[in-house]
Amino acid sequence: MQTIRHTISDDLLMGYAAGVLSRPFDLVVATHVSLSDEARVRLAGFEAVGGAILEDLQSADVADDSLEQTMARIAGMKPSPRLTASRGIFPAPLQQMVGGDEGAVKWRSLGMGARQSVVCTDGEATARLIYIPAGQAMPQHSHRGLEMTLVLQGAFRDEDGVFARGDIEIADEAVDHTPIAEPGADCICLIATDGRLKFNGLLPRIAQPFIGI
Amino acid sequence: TAQNETELEWAARVAAIAQARDQAAFAAVFRHFAPRVKAFLMKSGADAALAEECMQDVMATLWHKAHLYDPSRAAVSTWIFTIARNRKIDLLRRYARSEPEDLPWGPEDAPDQADVLALQQETTKLAEAIRTLPEKQRLLIERAYFGDLTHSEIAAETGLPLGTIKSRIRLALERLRHAMS
Ligand SMILES: [Zn+2]
Ligand SMILES: [Zn+2]
Repeated sequence: MQTIRHTISDDLLMGYAAGVLSRPFDLVVATHVSLSDEARVRLAGFEAVGGAILEDLQSADVADDSLEQTMARIAGMKPSPRLTASRGIFPAPLQQMVGGDEGAVKWRSLGMGARQSVVCTDGEATARLIYIPAGQAMPQHSHRGLEMTLVLQGAFRDEDGVFARGDIEIADEAVDHTPIAEPGADCICLIATDGRLKFNGLLPRIAQPFIGI
Repeated sequence: TAQNETELEWAARVAAIAQARDQAAFAAVFRHFAPRVKAFLMKSGADAALAEECMQDVMATLWHKAHLYDPSRAAVSTWIFTIARNRKIDLLRRYARSEPEDLPWGPEDAPDQADVLALQQETTKLAEAIRTLPEKQRLLIERAYFGDLTHSEIAAETGLPLGTIKSRIRLALERLRHAMS
C-alpha cells in the first residue's frame, strides 16, 4: 500500500511537540512550521497538550535555595533574542544549521547541474539539501524508511502533484516515485530520511552519487 | 470560572516579569511551576541533581524570554512546557534543538484581551478533557510526552479534543498576520 501525504502528519507534529524526533527531523519540522501557519497551529495544539500534562504532574521537591539560585542564574544570563524571520530563501532554523543562507551551503556536485549537501546526521537519520535544475528529474527511488521533503525554492512534480515553497511531502517504505523539478526556478529541497534511499537505476549516472549518501 | 481566572493571573504575572522585572510575580510563577518542571524532567529520565539544575535553567530562561510570551496564542503552562522540552533536549542530547521562527508582535504590541481570554478558556477545556480521558489513554499520552514512547498513532488512537483550541490559535495567528501586513 502506498502511503504518501502532502501535509505533515499529526504523529510527526506530536513527536516534535514531545521532543522525541531525531535531529534531522526536528530541523525539517522547525523549518516547515516557519513557512506554514497551518502546521504552526497544529503544533501549538500538541504543545498545549504538553502544557496540560505538565500542569497535572505530581510536584517534585526542589532544593531549599532553589529560587535564590535561579535569581543568581538570571543575573548571569544573557537575554534571549527572538528568532526572527529570515529574509533569505532559508527560514531561520535552517540558516542556523547551515551558518547562513543558500550562499553558505557547501554543495557537492551530483552531475548534470544537480547538487547536494548533508546538513546534519544523527545515527541512521540524515537531513540534506538537494538542488535540482529546473526541468530535471531526481532519480526514481523507493525508501527504506521515512522521507520528508520540504520545498524551499522552485517546485517539483511527482506522481501525485506539484509541490512549491513551504509544501512538504512525506513518503514511506512503499512509495516509489520520480520527482521532477518544474520549469522556472531551480528547485531546492530540504530532505530528511531515516534510512538509505533505494534507487532503481533508470538514471544511473545521476543516481550513483546519491547511493553513497 | 476559578480556573480561567488562574490562567489569566499566570499570564498577568508573566507580563509583569516582562515589563517590570517583577520579582514577586516571578516567585509566584516559580513556586507553582518549578516543582512541575522538575518532575517533568525526572519523568523524562534526568536524575534529581540534573533535573534541579535544568529546572533552574528553564525558570531563568522564562525570566529572559518573558517579553516573547503571547497570551493570545498559548497558556503559560504551554509556554513553560516548550521551554522545558527545549532545555531538556539541549542538556541531555548536548545540541541546540531546531526551533521555528518566532512570529513578531503586531504593531500595537498588546494582544486583544478577548483573544487572550478565549484562548485561556480553550486551554482549560482541553486540560479538563485530558483529565477525564480513560486512565489507559491518559497514561499513553503522558508517556509519549516524557519521551518514553514513540508510538506514532497515539494522536489518532486517543482522539484528543484539539479542534477548538486549534481554531482559537488559528484566529490569533490570522489577526497577528493581518496586523503585520
Ligand atoms: Zn522520495
Ligand atoms: Zn507525491
